Amino acid sequence: MTILGLSRFQFAMTTVFHFFFVPLSIGLAFTVAVMETMYVVKRKYVYRRMAQFWGKIFLLSFAVGVVTGIIQEFQFGMNWSNYSRFMGDIFGAPLAIEALLAFFMESTFIGVWMFTWNRFKPGVHVIFIWLTWLGSTISAIWILAANSFMQHPVGFEIGRDGRAKMTDFAAIVSNPQLWVSFPHVATAALMTGSFVVVGMSAFGLMRKNADRVFFTRSIRVAAVIALISAILVIIAGDAQTSFIIHDQPMKFAATEGLYDTTTGKSAPWTVIALINEQAKTTKGIEIPAMLSLLAYHKLTGSVMGMNEANTQLMNAYHDKFPGIANFYVPTNVLFWSFRFMAAVGFGVLLLSAFVLWFTRKSKNTLADSRWKLWILGICTYLPFIGTTGGWLITELGRYPWIVYGLQTIADAVSPTATVPSLLFTNIVYFLLFLLMGGVMIFYSRRVLHQGPEPDPDAVAKQSESQTAPAVANTAARKVALA
Amino acid sequence: MSEFLAKPLIDGGNFLQLLWFFVIALVFAIFLFLEGVDFGVGMATRVLAHNGDERALYMRAVGPHWDGNEVWLITGGGAMFASFPLWYASLFSGYYLLLFIVLVGLILRGVSFEFASHAVTDRERSVWQWANFAGSVIAPFGLGMMLTSLIQGVPMDEKGNVYAGFFDVVNWLSIVGGVAVVFFSFVHGVHFLSLKLDKESSLRMLDTTKKVYWFAYPALVVFVILAFFFTDFYQRRTWSTLLITVVILAATICGHVSAYKKRGGFAFVASGLTLAGIIAFIFNGLFPNVMIATDPARSLKFATASSTQYTLGIMTIVLCCLLPIVLIYFVWSYYIQRKRLISDSSPASIKAALSE
Repeated sequence: MTILGLSRFQFAMTTVFHFFFVPLSIGLAFTVAVMETMYVVKRKYVYRRMAQFWGKIFLLSFAVGVVTGIIQEFQFGMNWSNYSRFMGDIFGAPLAIEALLAFFMESTFIGVWMFTWNRFKPGVHVIFIWLTWLGSTISAIWILAANSFMQHPVGFEIGRDGRAKMTDFAAIVSNPQLWVSFPHVATAALMTGSFVVVGMSAFGLMRKNADRVFFTRSIRVAAVIALISAILVIIAGDAQTSFIIHDQPMKFAATEGLYDTTTGKSAPWTVIALINEQAKTTKGIEIPAMLSLLAYHKLTGSVMGMNEANTQLMNAYHDKFPGIANFYVPTNVLFWSFRFMAAVGFGVLLLSAFVLWFTRKSKNTLADSRWKLWILGICTYLPFIGTTGGWLITELGRYPWIVYGLQTIADAVSPTATVPSLLFTNIVYFLLFLLMGGVMIFYSRRVLHQGPEPDPDAVAKQSESQTAPAVANTAARKVALA
Repeated sequence: MSEFLAKPLIDGGNFLQLLWFFVIALVFAIFLFLEGVDFGVGMATRVLAHNGDERALYMRAVGPHWDGNEVWLITGGGAMFASFPLWYASLFSGYYLLLFIVLVGLILRGVSFEFASHAVTDRERSVWQWANFAGSVIAPFGLGMMLTSLIQGVPMDEKGNVYAGFFDVVNWLSIVGGVAVVFFSFVHGVHFLSLKLDKESSLRMLDTTKKVYWFAYPALVVFVILAFFFTDFYQRRTWSTLLITVVILAATICGHVSAYKKRGGFAFVASGLTLAGIIAFIFNGLFPNVMIATDPARSLKFATASSTQYTLGIMTIVLCCLLPIVLIYFVWSYYIQRKRLISDSSPASIKAALSE
C-alpha cells in the first residue's frame, strides 16, 4: 500500500460512487420534468401524481449526489495538491464557473420545486424542475470542460515555473474532446434516469393491488425517453470513438484488446477474448472486417495496435518523462468495460422497445407476465454498469497521465499525504458509501411499496364507505411527512 | 486598462489579485452568514426542540435553503482553486484530516434532511435527526478550527507543502475558534427560527439567545487575548484588526439588545454579522499572506500564489455576469418562502406545515 495506490483507489471509489448518482439525478430530473409538463399540457391529475412520486426518488438520488460531490471538489486539493498547483490556472476556472452557473441554479430551484406544489400554478411550477435539470446539465458541461483538458490539452502554455497557464479560454471551451464527450454523457444520463423508472415501475406493477394505470403510464413515458436516449447515446458514443481513434490510439486499441496493428485491408473485430497483459496476446472470437466498419464506417482501413501506439508514445515522451517505462493501459479492464457499456446501451434500447410493444393500447399484457416484469426489475441496475464502464474507459485509458502528455498521476499526488491517514479515510469513505447506497436503495424500495399518493377522485368515491377515511388519512400523513 | 491591471498596488499585488482575495473572503463570509443558520438550526433540534415532530419542523424551516447555502462553500473552494491555486493546494492538503472530518459532518447532515423525511418510525427518524445534529456541530467546529489554526502559522517547506502536526491544528486558539463558530452559528440559527416559527415559539427562541448571549462576551475576550499572543494580527495589522474586533463586539451587543427587545429580524442580521466578522478578522489578519509559515520566508503571499492575469480576468468577467443573476434568484427563493411555519405540536398543524 503506497500513498499513490491509496490515493488512486480513493479517487476511483469516490468518483465512481458519485457518478452513480449524477446521471441518475440528471435523468430523473428530466423524466420528472417531462411528466410534470404532461400534467400542465393534458391537465390529467395522474401526471402530477407521477411527477410527485418519481420526484421522491429524484430527491433521494440528488441528496446523495450533492454530498458526495463536495468530496470531489475538495479532494483535488486534499489528495492531489501537486496536480492543483500545476493545473489550477486552467482547472479552477471551469470548476468555479460550474458552481456559479450550475450549482446555484439546481440547488435553489430544487428547494423551490420541492416545497411549492400548492403555491404556484402548474405552468409556473414546472419551470422550477426544468431549471433544476438545466442546472445539472450545465454542470456536466463545465466539469467535462475541465476533464477534457486533462484528456486533450488545448489553449495553454507551460510557464517558466513549470505550471500550466491558460492562454485561450475559448479554446478550452471549444475543445473537440468536450463536444464529443458531453453529448455522450448527457444522453447516458437521460438513459440512466429514465430506465431506472422503467425498472422500478416493473416492480411496482408486480405488487398486489398495484395501481396499474399509474405504473403503466409511468413505464411508457420512461420507456419512450429511454428508447430515444439509448439511440442517441449510441450515436454520440460512436462519434466519440471516431475522435478517440486518432486522439488516443492507445485507449481505443485497449478497448479492442488489439496489440498488433492490423495488417491487410480490413480489420477484424474481436467479440470476446482472453487477454494476457504480460505476454501481450489476445485470443478471441473474431468477425472479419467488423472493426473497420465500427471504427471508420467502411469495410476497409487498418487500426493501430497498442504496441505501435506504445512506440509512438515512447518516442514522443521518453526524453521528457524518463521515469515512464511504457504506456500500456489496463487492457482487460478497458476491453470488458467497453463490451459491458455497449451491451447496456443496446440492452436498454431493446428492453425499452419491448416495454412499449407489450404495453401498447390494443394489447397491454406486460402487467400479467411476471417473468417479463422480473427481467425489467432486475435491469433497473443495468445503466449503472454502463456509466461505470464508460467512466473506467475514459480515465484508465489515459494511464499513466493525469493530464495527457503534461503530468503523470504519480507526480500529481499530495506529497504531504501519509499511508495511515489515507487508509483511514479510505475505510471511512467506503463505509459511508455503503451506508448511503444501502439506505438509498432501502428508501427507494419503501417509496415503491408505499405506492403513489391516492387519486383524489378515487378517494372521494371510496370515502362513502366506513374504512376509507382511515386509509386516506395514513396515506396523507405519509405524503405530508415526505 | 491592461496597464492599470498589471500594476502592483499593495504589497506587490495588482488589482485583480486584490479583488480575488476580497471575493474569496466575501464568499466565505456569505457562506458562514447563510450556512451558520443551517448549522444553528441543526443544533437547536437537540437543544431546544421538545419532540421529534418539532425537530422535523425545525429541519423543515431550512429544508429549502441548506443546499443552496452550502453551494457558497463549494463556490469558495472553486474560486480559491481558480484564483489562488497554490493557496488551495497548500491549505486543502495541509489540513487533510480536519477537512475530512468536516466533509463527513457535511455528508451526514446533508443526507439527513432527505432521509429523515422517509423514516416511518420515530426511532428511525431520530437516527437521522441525530445525524443532522452531529453534522451541524462537527462541520462548523472543524471549519472554525481550521481558520483559527492557519492564522497562527504552520510548518511549510519551500514548495508550499504544509506539514501540520497535531498541536498546530489543535491548540487553545483553534479550540476557542471552533467553539466560537459553533456558538455564534447556534445563536444565528435560533434567531432564524424566531423568524420562521409561530409567535409563541418565536419568543421562546429570543428568550434563549437573550440568555446564552452572556457567554459571548467572556468568549470574545478570551479569543482576543489568545489571538493577541498566538498571532501577529494586533502587532502587524493593528488598526484594521482593532476596528474589526470592535465591529464584532458591536454586532454582538446589537444582537443581544435586539433579542431583549424581541426584534427577531435585527437580532438575526446582527448575529450573522458577528459570524461574517470572524471571517473578516481572519482574512484581514492574513493579508498579504494567504498561508503563514512558521518560517516567514516561506509564507505564501496573495501576490505570488495567484493564477495568471488572464485567468483572473476571465474569472472576473464571469463573476460580474453571473453573480447578480445568482443573487436575484437566491434572494427570491427566500422571499417566496418567507411565511412562518406553525408549531403548536398538534399533529394536524405539523402535518399542514410539513406538507406545504
